[in-house]
Amino acid sequence: MAIDGISARVGALPQRVSDDPALLRRGRFLDASCLLVVGEREFRLRIADGRVVEAREGPFVTPSTDFAVIGPEAAWGRLLAAEPVPGDHDILAFVKRREIRLAGDLHPFMSRLLYWKALLGCLR
Amino acid sequence: MIEPIAGQYLHLDYEGRHYRVYFESAGSGIPLVCLHTAGADGRQYRGLMNAAAITGTFRVIAFDLPWHGKSSPPEGWHNEEYRLTADSYTGITMAVIAALGLDRPVVMGCSIGGRVVLHLAVRHPAAFRALIGLESASHTAPYYDLDWLHRADVHGGEVAAGAVSGLMAPQSPEAERWETLWHYMQSGPGVFKGDLYFYGIDGDIRARLGEIDTARTPLYLLTGEYDYSATPEDTLAVAKAVPGAKVTIMRRLGHFPTSENPDLFLSYIEPVLAEIAAKG
Repeated sequence: MAIDGISARVGALPQRVSDDPALLRRGRFLDASCLLVVGEREFRLRIADGRVVEAREGPFVTPSTDFAVIGPEAAWGRLLAAEPVPGDHDILAFVKRREIRLAGDLHPFMSRLLYWKALLGCLR
Repeated sequence: MIEPIAGQYLHLDYEGRHYRVYFESAGSGIPLVCLHTAGADGRQYRGLMNAAAITGTFRVIAFDLPWHGKSSPPEGWHNEEYRLTADSYTGITMAVIAALGLDRPVVMGCSIGGRVVLHLAVRHPAAFRALIGLESASHTAPYYDLDWLHRADVHGGEVAAGAVSGLMAPQSPEAERWETLWHYMQSGPGVFKGDLYFYGIDGDIRARLGEIDTARTPLYLLTGEYDYSATPEDTLAVAKAVPGAKVTIMRRLGHFPTSENPDLFLSYIEPVLAEIAAKG
């Protein structure tokens, strides 16, 4: 399944997060960077005190981020569907099935799981 | 309004250690012992205990495992790492049942509780009127590093809630989903991780499923379609290995059916309990 408008969705992320006070509160004190690898496309996110201060599309040469979330476009498409089917509704389900992979220093991710899940939910 | 749920503390000795165990009960009739999920406590059964249609026939009892909820860890806990095992889980469950003087209760457990009822069926086939496994799988390999659940630089309650948040159905009421997560956020340090030792490692019961005799111990299995931890396929595999087990896949529910959407869960469990009650 291809993802319609993934660039626009990622581009809208800074505003979506800024418009969500509960998400900002959950992300307070968080400074991190991550690379979303959606098939052949890459997006770099930089978070400062819970705000998305950069949401930039690649390609990148030697991108350096704290961690990366890597999966084929089809898997991302199922995860980010408006109404995911059972089993496709949470990123850890894809991690369990080895369809999406987490790599790098996962401390910023695991210590803020609820934040990151909500942030990814903003891409739906 | 005051809910018809009473809470008490039970003192018991088990394998040389003293335990103060909290339990709640409601109703009268056939004893129905309810086992909570890993890293949580008996509050998950609040919906069941407030359901007059059930408490008119069943005495619903939910105890907090030692280390959980309002049950204390045993003396000396601060010098050890908590780990739930198949032996300790079945042992403490039988000890509580004996201490409360329950005669052939129905035992219903969810997740780790859904696993331990399979162990109970193997080890104590004559002790129960029926067993009910919710989100029941014979084994579940860990799908993230469990060390994240207990380390000083990660908030244990927050990470536990984050780890299980997606196991619920998106359609479940928001208030009930966050109530469920609140319980996880309140768990003691290392307790969720210690429970998952049973869930992911020690409690693997694949090799013994064939020993379960549903003619002696009726077995009911109910699993939510959104559960990607103990999946519907996992439960169906258990049923395939245990002739006579009755399976229901619950639509629009996840890993915490009793707690994430109590009203919807009641619509699934009431016919099961009615069937058990009819058998006497």
